[in-house]
Amino acid sequence: MTATLPGSPPQHPDDLAHQLEGSGDVADRSFRSLAYVAGGLVLVVLGLITWTMASRSSDALSHMGLDFFTTKRWSPPNRVYGILSFIWGTVYTSVIALTLAVPISLGIALYITQVAPLWLKRSMIYIIDLLAVVPSVVFGLWGVLVLSRHITGFYGWLSSTFDGWPVLGTIFGSNPQGRSFFTAGLILSVMITPIVVSLAREVIETTPQTEKEAALALGATRWEMIRGAIIPHSKGGLVGAVMLGLGRAMGETIAVALVIGSATGQITLNALAPGNSMPAVITAEWGEADTLKKSALIAMAMTLFVMTIVVNMIATTVVNRSMKKSRGGA
Amino acid sequence: MSLTVDLHGKRSWRMMKSHFMVGLMFLAFLVILVPLVAVIGTVVAKGAGIVFRDFPDWFTKSIPIRSRAKGPGMGPAIVGTVVITAAASLLAIPLGILGAVYLHEYGQQSKPARVIRFLANVMTGVPSIVMGLFIYVVFTLRFGLSGLGGALALACLMLPVVIRSTEEMLRLVPGHLREASYALGTRKGRTILTVVLPAALPGVVSGCLLAIARAAGETAPLLFTIGIVNSTNWNVFSGPNTSLSYQIFRNATDPRAGAQERGWGAAFTLVAITFLFTVLARVITARYQRRRG
Repeated sequence: MTATLPGSPPQHPDDLAHQLEGSGDVADRSFRSLAYVAGGLVLVVLGLITWTMASRSSDALSHMGLDFFTTKRWSPPNRVYGILSFIWGTVYTSVIALTLAVPISLGIALYITQVAPLWLKRSMIYIIDLLAVVPSVVFGLWGVLVLSRHITGFYGWLSSTFDGWPVLGTIFGSNPQGRSFFTAGLILSVMITPIVVSLAREVIETTPQTEKEAALALGATRWEMIRGAIIPHSKGGLVGAVMLGLGRAMGETIAVALVIGSATGQITLNALAPGNSMPAVITAEWGEADTLKKSALIAMAMTLFVMTIVVNMIATTVVNRSMKKSRGGA
Repeated sequence: MSLTVDLHGKRSWRMMKSHFMVGLMFLAFLVILVPLVAVIGTVVAKGAGIVFRDFPDWFTKSIPIRSRAKGPGMGPAIVGTVVITAAASLLAIPLGILGAVYLHEYGQQSKPARVIRFLANVMTGVPSIVMGLFIYVVFTLRFGLSGLGGALALACLMLPVVIRSTEEMLRLVPGHLREASYALGTRKGRTILTVVLPAALPGVVSGCLLAIARAAGETAPLLFTIGIVNSTNWNVFSGPNTSLSYQIFRNATDPRAGAQERGWGAAFTLVAITFLFTVLARVITARYQRRRG
């Protein structure tokens, strides 16, 4: 820096460096604080959700007391709000969804990771991911206009075939309806399959190659290798993957609202009967709700929020622990 | 670890069992193809005809006020979906990327970063209807129904997804790139902006496109926040709006043929939009992987 422009003050290299450092320092620090703020946003949003929902639901909760959770009578004109039957609907549809989706998802995940050649593996992942981006309202539209109309024959057959059987006779009970717990569970199982498959794949792929090869070297067949090396290794993570699927199923709203049948007060094991779930009730009854009913609906959302958060926290912890363990062991 | 498998049986019998189980696994894949093909097939079969029969009108005309009226269009819902999703993306993507930068570049394995990473994971599981009610309480009650309310709810849903996928991509950027930049005297913030993020860009973009595709299809968060309107509203900040997903939901519960036709048409349009973004994301990822070898 020997040549200076005429008219401009001469600059010492040290000055220049100092200047650069000064300005860089400010920019650097402000970028860092911006990143910190963005990171903190997650805490802020989750905190705000908890706080606002809790304060808004207090009206209904103080009006109903514990009966809010323990009674099934939901009668807004009489200012009676008991959500037990909707909790049942949410839990029962999710359990049906898991029962159907878990074997299928694990089968697909095992096939993709252990059997499929590379080209098939890629296209299978691609197809499963496609399932994940079909909007839930589109599943709902198909469910209500196509599936629920055409499946009644099949339900009638299930109901009459298993009539009188010990367990299945109760689950596939009498008077089957197209829009029912089972239809909702069926649609949910399709919707949660992609997420369970992708998590299960991740977990399964942490199995060390050496353990798989050791099993094969002992003369194990492919299936024996899966049972002896992969399953014991990734059991914890797979449980977590299934629980995350459960969390998704419980919170799913629109598709369930369209196919569950919107019947209030239903607490029954008959999966072919219509019922209702918490998100579906909120969706359907929000429009004409007065202040107290809105508070009751928000309290219901709060209940759902707490249930899904607890399930998700356990699932995330389980998955993290299993991943860490297998990474540490590898 | 105890090996629970008995290897003493007859080899041919064990092989047969293995083949049988592998067959079952593939069968599981075929089973899941059934609903996928059925849903997409029906949407294309019933929706494409309606969209292209009234080709330009479908995209430009207002939604008929009387739902039994037949014919187009879905213009307001298409505009609504585009502006609401765009506004949500403008909010969630920069903040999500910055959040991921905090987690991976600044916070790393510190206690607060670990807590935030855990909570971001948990936040991806918050039901979308809860986000909608949350924004209703903190925003809509004060400022009224508008596209912005919907965008805020969608942004809350997108934020943790963007954070997770971006952090995953930042993890793939090799440490020596950062060190080379530091060795040239570049500060951390500048290194992140000019070296780390550009290196991770294709992956980040593809993650964001997937988040956008998911957000565009969401219905529940919009139920309480955007209201309903039959004519086009380009203004996100004021006045009620509508969206494709909301129109599908409304028409699905309407017994009249004209309304159901519009429902299928809207479903076709929405599925086309979300698939477009997904395919775009895939293409970018594939290019990126090829370039890296």
